[in-house]
Amino acid sequence: MRFWRQAWAIALRDLKVEGRSSEVLSVVLPFAAAAVFVVPLATDAQATRLQALAFPVYWLVALLFGMQVALRQTGQESEMQRRHLALLGVDPSARFVGRSLAATLLIAAVLVLMAPLTLIFYQPASISGWIWMIPVGGLFASGLAMLATLAGDVTVGLRTRTALAPLLVVPVAVPLMMGAAQTLEALGRGDGTLAWTLVLVITNLVLAAVGTLAARPLEEAAT
Amino acid sequence: MSTPFVALDAIGVRFGHVPVLTDISLSVHPGEVVGIAGPNGAGKTTLLGVISTLIRPTAGSGTVFGASIGSSAVFPVRNRIGWSGHDPALYPELTLLENLTLTARLAGRSPDDAMRALHVVGLTGAAGRRADRSSNGMQRRVDLARLVMLDPDLLLLDEAHAGLDVEADQIIAALLRRARSSGKAAVLVSHDAARLGEDADRVVTIERGVGR
Repeated sequence: MRFWRQAWAIALRDLKVEGRSSEVLSVVLPFAAAAVFVVPLATDAQATRLQALAFPVYWLVALLFGMQVALRQTGQESEMQRRHLALLGVDPSARFVGRSLAATLLIAAVLVLMAPLTLIFYQPASISGWIWMIPVGGLFASGLAMLATLAGDVTVGLRTRTALAPLLVVPVAVPLMMGAAQTLEALGRGDGTLAWTLVLVITNLVLAAVGTLAARPLEEAAT
Repeated sequence: MSTPFVALDAIGVRFGHVPVLTDISLSVHPGEVVGIAGPNGAGKTTLLGVISTLIRPTAGSGTVFGASIGSSAVFPVRNRIGWSGHDPALYPELTLLENLTLTARLAGRSPDDAMRALHVVGLTGAAGRRADRSSNGMQRRVDLARLVMLDPDLLLLDEAHAGLDVEADQIIAALLRRARSSGKAAVLVSHDAARLGEDADRVVTIERGVGR
C-alpha cells in the first residue's frame, strides 16, 4: 500500500510539473510533427512509397521523441531532491514505478497526437484493426518509459549523461519498436499478431523486473 | 549515558584520490545539539552526508540509530533524519503548498499537516505561490516547514541561518528547543563558530577534513 501510494505521488508530481512547464506539448510535439512531415518531402511524396513507410516512420519518430520525453522526465530531479526523497524513506522502486507511469502517459499522449498526422501525410493503405493500436501503443509507451527511466538512473550524475543515456535506450528499444510495428503490419496483412504482441509483453516484463530490482543499488551508487 | 543516535569512529571519506574527511570521530546523544564549525571546503557538508547515511565513508566505521553506516540496515532509519540546507530541495513548478503536500504524502502524513506546517512558518498567505516565483528565504522556510511537519529524531541543519530573517531564525530556535526537550537531537553546520556557540551544546571544529 505504502509502495503504491509513493509511486502514485511521484507520478502525480511529474505530471503536474509537465502540466505547468508544458515542455512535451510546446517543445517535443512540434518537432515530432515536423519529423513526420519531413519524410514525405524526402520521398517526393510518392503515394505508394509513403503508404509503405507509414508505420515504420510513425514508430521511429515515436521512439526518438518518446525517448526525449522520458529522459527529460528522469533528468529533472536535482541531487538535493533525490536526497530529500531518500531521507523521506521513499522506496527507490516506487520512484521508478512512479516516474515510469508518468512518462508512459506522456509518451502515450505523443503517440495519440502523432497518429492523425501520420494518417494525413502517409494515408496508409489499411488501418484495419486500428483498435489494436491502443494496447500496442500502451505497451510501447510503458516499455520505452521504463527503459528511459532506467537509463536515466544508470547515468545520473555522469558528465556524459546527455550523450550516453540515448545510446543506452535505442538498442534496447529495438524489440519494442519491432513488436509495435510488426503487430500492426501483421493486422494489415490479416496474419496472427500473437508472436509480436508477446515480444512487447515480455520486453515490458523484463524492463519492469530490472527497473524495480536495480532501483535501490542505482540510488545508493548515485549518492 | 544514553545510547548515542550517531557514533562515528575514525571516519574517512575520499572522493577519488582527494581526501575530504580524515579520522573524524563524533557522537550525538539524544537531547543534544552539536555544532560543526569550519571554513568553506573543510568537509562539513560531507560529514552531514555521512551522518545522514547518504555518503558512504571510505574508512572507519559508525552507526546511526544503531544501524551500521554503509550497510543496508540504514535504509529503514533514514526517515528518522531530517535535513535542511542552503539549497532547498523544492520542485520549482509546484506551489509552496504542493511541495509540502508532496512531502506529506510520501511520508504517509495527512495533507492537512502540510497546511498546518505552512502556518507555523508564516507562509499561509503564500501557499499558492509557485516555488520558482518565491524568494530564497520563502523556499528555505518551506524546507523548515518540512522539519516542523515530519518532526524527525535527528535534525541536520546545513548553514541553517545563512540568508534567513529574524522570524526564520526563531523557527530554527524553536526546532532546536523541541529537539532538546523531547529527547531528539540536532547537528548544525556553519562556518560561523560564534553563532554555533550560541545554538549548540558543544562545537566540533573541522579544518581541511580533520577534526580538532
